[in-house]
Amino acid sequence: MTFVQLFLAFAKIGLFAFGGGFATLPLIEREIVIGLQWFSHSEFLELVAISELTPGPIAINAATFVGYKLGGVWGSAIATMGVCLPSVTLILIVAHFLHRLEGNIWADGVVRSLRPAVVALIAAAAYSVAGRGITDIWGIIIAVASFAVLRTRKINPILVLITAGIAGIIVYL
Amino acid sequence: MLPLIRNEVVEKRKWITSSDFTDGIAVSQSVPGAIALNIAAFVGNRISGNLGAIVAVIGSALPSFISIVVISIFFLRFRELSMVQGFFKGATPAIVALLVGAIVDIGKDALKGYKEIIIATGLLLLLLCLHMHPVLAIVIAAILGLFVRRQL
Repeated sequence: MTFVQLFLAFAKIGLFAFGGGFATLPLIEREIVIGLQWFSHSEFLELVAISELTPGPIAINAATFVGYKLGGVWGSAIATMGVCLPSVTLILIVAHFLHRLEGNIWADGVVRSLRPAVVALIAAAAYSVAGRGITDIWGIIIAVASFAVLRTRKINPILVLITAGIAGIIVYL
Repeated sequence: MLPLIRNEVVEKRKWITSSDFTDGIAVSQSVPGAIALNIAAFVGNRISGNLGAIVAVIGSALPSFISIVVISIFFLRFRELSMVQGFFKGATPAIVALLVGAIVDIGKDALKGYKEIIIATGLLLLLLCLHMHPVLAIVIAAILGLFVRRQL
């Protein structure tokens, strides 16, 4: 792993990070686990958990964590800059030409049509995380209970994750 | 998140106008990346050009950056402890619940017609069965979007 590779990997992830952090997980898995093999599948689950447990955008959190693990503080800074660069560059370009983009045809048309892909990508992420992360009856119970709480109460998801983690300590210790 | 940012930059500090901010949201949603960072770049740019954008992005990314670095330092030192392992083994199924919840929420809006359902199902099958690259899912949906639009 060189810092150039790290930067480019996350710039690629940042360039195709449509539809929010959840939808970006399959891309991160593809690049970091399957492609470059910097993380194992179980390390990827830890990466997802840490990115979800920390406030802030998931893709940024993931970049910082991967970068830190591979190259310390410098690695985390480079990976984070890599993931931010494409969107910031695009924002600056679009902001410059904004007066010509009347009605925002791009946002209404193409980006809207990406939404079925966003659903498919999140479903693929759920399939992957469930496949390796739910291994016994306790996993199923925690997943179902968390889902019920998340759907019926207005509660911060991070609190649900922490509660599930504490349940994990009790069950698996 | 967005009401918080609007309150800060439009109402409190009066850095940009409300209609400028609305433009900013539209732009932020039409490019890839985290919306909070995109809107920071837009607002920074409106205040003082490219440098303003860079400063605003650094400012909005810094808190989570520092949090993750601190968590990483501890996590990588203590990850072998059975307590830490148990915590993550418990938290992971809750993440699945979170993802399924997001599918339900976004799906309600995104999968209104049969065309969208077919596209989403087809892409999911390609992703899972043929291990298609996730970027291709985005590209295929964009091309289909252009094609379907032209028919209307």
